Amino acid sequence: MPKPAELGPQPANPEQLIVDGAVADNEWRLLPRSDDDATISADTLATGKVILPYSLWSDLREDLAGRKNEIGVWLDSDESADLIGDAAAELPLIAVHFPAFADGRGFTAGRLLRERYGFTGELRAVGAYMRDQLTYLHRCGFNAFAYEGEQPLAGLLDSLQDFSESYQAAVDQKLPLFRRRAQ
Amino acid sequence: MLCAIGESAELIPILPDQRKWQWNQAVMYRYDDRDRTIIGERVAQFRGQTERYLAGELSEEQFLPLRLQNGLYIQRLAPMLRIAVPYGLLNSTQLRRLARVSRDYDKGYAHFTTRQNLQFNWPELEDVPDILAELAEVEMHAVQTSGNCIRNTTSDPYAGVARDEIADPRPYCELIRQWSTFHPEFAFLPRKFKIAVNGATADRAAIRVHDIGVQIVERDGEIGFQVFVGGGQGRTPVIAELIRDFLPERHLLSYLEAIVRIYNQLGRRDNKYKARIKILVKAMGAEEFGRRVEQEWQRIKDGAEELTPEALAWAKSFFTDHAYRSIDAVASEGAVEKQAESDKAFARWLERNTFDHRVPGYRAVRLSTKPTGVPPGDVTDRQLEAIADLADEFSFGEARVTHDQNVVLADVEQEKLFEFWQAARKHGFATPNIGTLTDMICCPGGDYCSLANAKSIPVAEAIQRRFDDMDYLYDLGDLNLNISGCMNACGHHHVGHIGILGVDKKGEEFYQIQLGGSSSERASLAKVLGPSFSRAEVPDIIGKILDVYVNQRQPEELFIDTYNRIGLQPFKESVYAKAS
Repeated sequence: MPKPAELGPQPANPEQLIVDGAVADNEWRLLPRSDDDATISADTLATGKVILPYSLWSDLREDLAGRKNEIGVWLDSDESADLIGDAAAELPLIAVHFPAFADGRGFTAGRLLRERYGFTGELRAVGAYMRDQLTYLHRCGFNAFAYEGEQPLAGLLDSLQDFSESYQAAVDQKLPLFRRRAQ
Repeated sequence: MLCAIGESAELIPILPDQRKWQWNQAVMYRYDDRDRTIIGERVAQFRGQTERYLAGELSEEQFLPLRLQNGLYIQRLAPMLRIAVPYGLLNSTQLRRLARVSRDYDKGYAHFTTRQNLQFNWPELEDVPDILAELAEVEMHAVQTSGNCIRNTTSDPYAGVARDEIADPRPYCELIRQWSTFHPEFAFLPRKFKIAVNGATADRAAIRVHDIGVQIVERDGEIGFQVFVGGGQGRTPVIAELIRDFLPERHLLSYLEAIVRIYNQLGRRDNKYKARIKILVKAMGAEEFGRRVEQEWQRIKDGAEELTPEALAWAKSFFTDHAYRSIDAVASEGAVEKQAESDKAFARWLERNTFDHRVPGYRAVRLSTKPTGVPPGDVTDRQLEAIADLADEFSFGEARVTHDQNVVLADVEQEKLFEFWQAARKHGFATPNIGTLTDMICCPGGDYCSLANAKSIPVAEAIQRRFDDMDYLYDLGDLNLNISGCMNACGHHHVGHIGILGVDKKGEEFYQIQLGGSSSERASLAKVLGPSFSRAEVPDIIGKILDVYVNQRQPEELFIDTYNRIGLQPFKESVYAKAS
């Protein structure tokens, strides 16, 4: 786990985002990673739908069992989906942080959560990715985009449609093209 | 313009209806509607991105990875556009289109690269979407020819015709091409990623200096792969390590996916010079890395990317035999030998520039792009058309770009070699120097590249001029001399029998000499000879090195063998000897 001084950029909490191909209000509040995490307990945690940094969620998850549908988790790019593992299947929302658009670790996290750990809730991309990456993100299982770049969000919906066909298997298409062709 | 050769060359026009080859007879992967859709959507996407950039909606920093993943660099003098030539394979229609694009959008020439691709050096940024649209019409693209993603898969230029082939690598290369094209998980890797596949016993694809090297093997009648990982050149040259000795054929893609997935998660992203997979493999140890890959692979190996018998049959169906004629090989060989006896120049070319073919009566021919005075790999628009004409006339309309920047026409009838040679000579392609000292790999260097510390093309030319005696070159035999203008090693100096590296010393260009590298199945990294030299000194120093070899060699011993036997010291002593 990085030391607090190395936390780097933190994801924002935009008012609106794209969910399942349409603009929607953001009902969740994401708590940034912080060196004060140790002072937060299940009792002092904000009410309502909150997205906890992985480390905080990991500490509090037992205590928060009663708030199951309003506790989400976010992974930073140096945190593997394996950390959440099979617990993903029980979560309503997981956010994956892209601290820079060139940091592609989150694409793997998305696929693993969906394909390996049975995650069926909202998979939200947060951070500094670009609209030109939306089709890739979508193919890796992301269905929600808290986008910090150019606005309005409706203008981004086109970018989700950049490609209508794909060669390889991913979350949205279970069979690679070569197998569909050979059938 | 640097490249003058071929401008005065006469073109023998061949009318379309006289062509012996038609597009629909191509023995290569052919697009269907779905490939066309994907590539067409890519052109539209990039057109939009370019418009957003030109309108100021995308910053330089944001546009950078987008243009790079379409092969577009901004170079010292102009943009450079790198076109993908999957595993080096081109047909004559594609060659003619490339010629047209070079004429209409560039300065009438193009450059074959060491990834078997082709580069245009002077296109306008605004024109690039139109160029890509023109290429898409002939089933070509510039996808992932740059950027931190999986690059063009390279292979043996004699794929499908080599006598020592275990299995044809092209179907696997094509499956890898499709798997890696717009792979949603692997478009933003820590660094670029290069895969090579070799299907023969001799390694002609330099697989041990690739991020992943795949060697086709056969065990107990079953085809499979040896998988090497973590090789590479650049600042930190490394020979790849074997992490799997036999991977069954059907698991190729899932295993590659497991490797790249581990790399995507664990490769360093804090320092671009330590971000290649070779650094990760070194840090972890090949054994531990292989264990992690195995663990990941066990979880996905029976998944969707499995190459089912139907899928393998489909991929292999594109690479069937050409319509070879049944030829009396003995008679045709006799005829060629007779021609060679009466024409020494033809005999030389036959010896150096043609190669054994598995089908009796045929030979594979290498066109040399390296006559003296031309930057290695450079061809004019007319030469591209001449290659197309030669391919149509003599070799089933098909050509292959080689990683040492030449072109192979793989299926020429032996009886027509003399006729072929005469035509190739007219277009400047018959320099009989294949595999010799003057058949160099050379990066564009400081004349073009903003990364270079020193020029490389003038060094190549000076060496070609100094060693222009063909009898001497033939006596030296097989000898790879590779030149890079900086430590990024685009000119593969680490794996040259003789490697030359341009270095900057207080603003002046100097050249370091290395000896003993090889990218073959006995791959090795060259060792530095000693202090570097000025450009003017380089040809003489090469001369001294060659003298040591000639004096010390045993019968039949090639330069690399002599070096391996006697080591660096005798060369060092001769080169750095104080004048007495």
